[in-house]
Amino acid sequence: MLDVVLSFAVILVVFLVLPLIVGQTEHKVMAHMQSRLGPMYAGGFHGWAQLIADGVKFAQKEDVVPAAADRRIFMIAPGVALVPYLLVLIAIPLDRGLVAVDLDLGLFFVLAVMGVGVLGAIMAGWASANKYSVLGGMRSAAQLMAYELPLVLAASSVAMAAGTLSLPGIVEAWQWWWLPWQAVGGIVFFVAGLAELRRPPFDMPIAESEIIMGPMTEYTGMRFALFMLSEYVGIVVLSFLTTVLFLGGWHGPFLPGWLWTLVKVFALAFVVIWLRVTYPRLREDQLQKLAWAGLVPLALVQLALTGVVKVLI
Amino acid sequence: MTEAVPSYLSPTGQEIVFLLLGAVAVGSALLVVTTRQLVHAALWLVVCFGALAGGYLVLTAEFVAWVQVLIYVGAVVVLMLFGIMLTRAPIGPSEDLDSGNRLVAAVVAVATAALLVTVVIDGFRTAYTPLRPGKGAAKELGASVFATWVLPFEALSVLLLAALIGAIVLSRTDIPGGAPAQQTSGPSSGPPDATPFPGNPETIQPPAKPGTVQPPAQPEGTSPSDRTTGSTPPEQTGGH
Repeated sequence: MLDVVLSFAVILVVFLVLPLIVGQTEHKVMAHMQSRLGPMYAGGFHGWAQLIADGVKFAQKEDVVPAAADRRIFMIAPGVALVPYLLVLIAIPLDRGLVAVDLDLGLFFVLAVMGVGVLGAIMAGWASANKYSVLGGMRSAAQLMAYELPLVLAASSVAMAAGTLSLPGIVEAWQWWWLPWQAVGGIVFFVAGLAELRRPPFDMPIAESEIIMGPMTEYTGMRFALFMLSEYVGIVVLSFLTTVLFLGGWHGPFLPGWLWTLVKVFALAFVVIWLRVTYPRLREDQLQKLAWAGLVPLALVQLALTGVVKVLI
Repeated sequence: MTEAVPSYLSPTGQEIVFLLLGAVAVGSALLVVTTRQLVHAALWLVVCFGALAGGYLVLTAEFVAWVQVLIYVGAVVVLMLFGIMLTRAPIGPSEDLDSGNRLVAAVVAVATAALLVTVVIDGFRTAYTPLRPGKGAAKELGASVFATWVLPFEALSVLLLAALIGAIVLSRTDIPGGAPAQQTSGPSSGPPDATPFPGNPETIQPPAKPGTVQPPAQPEGTSPSDRTTGSTPPEQTGGH
């Protein structure tokens, strides 16, 4: 019992700290990629406390609910967006034997719960009583519908290869030559996951320059901060999942296992930021085309390849 | 299923949770059909499906539970919400949500429920089986689906495939015998006096001088008032 409480406490800390680190990294990496310095003052050393200052600012802001909004749904939407990612973290292994709950169906659990998160964006978009928000909500829904399929197909390819749906079991079964074998699936999974997070270049639903942050247009203060937090927790969860499924989790020479996991997670989080700075936003039709005509066939090819190799071995 | 029945007066924790989840599922399902707000109905459906998934979990059917969340909450409801928001999604109650035959619908629902409950109670009576974790895990489920139940599984696959092909045929217009063509096509059937630039009226307009040509073009009396009160925006087919 104490074990469970302790591991849940650790997860809560991880849940709160890792997104902050990723957010700060994004500030600095983006700035340097654009020949800027980024935050330099808050906290002294290279603005390390910038996000804490942001949090204090958000906490002080007034929590505005538009008069025409559907109050209750407007208010619970940020929670619906955030909680699924917290739930997902309990099934992700950090090291051999270091996982809060070893679910027999961990992969299924993770994919199912992550899909619920988008409901928060849809609810927020609808309940804001704002045409831009509704547009953003609809785009979120369309994007989830399109990218859920390649995501699940790519993940099931790994599950087929490992012969289990348990996340620690998948990492346990992982071998180095899975890297080339599952490479296509890994890329499809990562790209589809990015699209589910609505991160650039897949940020058509929140495009701030045309529909003013979409579902988040009307949000202020802490509720807006919760949306921001869920975006960065989403990056952490996606990086963790890609690491666990495709990059072998804790496997690696010299370093201890948990460190390898974290190194891979942060490398992937860096790639997420890098992609944001590199690519312009995809148009809505391009988004749909990429999913249906690009990623789904690729995922199916990967599935076939996995099956063939699995039978031959 | 032949074990001794424990007393119903001291329910276990699992039974209590199951009953509570059942109550949530039934209650939210009732709200789905009685609420006057369209989007709220879809969101109550999420609660209903969630409670149902919880029920599966309590009964150790983990795989079915997560599939329920993945497919129904994650895909079906999102698709429904997308459809609602694409057509109409007013905030606040809509008056025209009642279909008029609510009485008949209620009778049918109660009758179906009564029938199912009767069949289940009559079929199982006092049969009792303890919950053993692991029975609903992926391995057992896969083994039984692809060994014992492989024929029904394949039949269902064919059914789904047929529905899929049907959807493709219905949505495509270039398959003969599919959806009816929207208009008579062909270059010869167009009106002979069609404007050469249908998309760009500005190319035809320039000869009209503001002072002389405009007044005869407007029918007297109606046009000025129409211009001001008409809700249609001015035609902008220039296409930028």
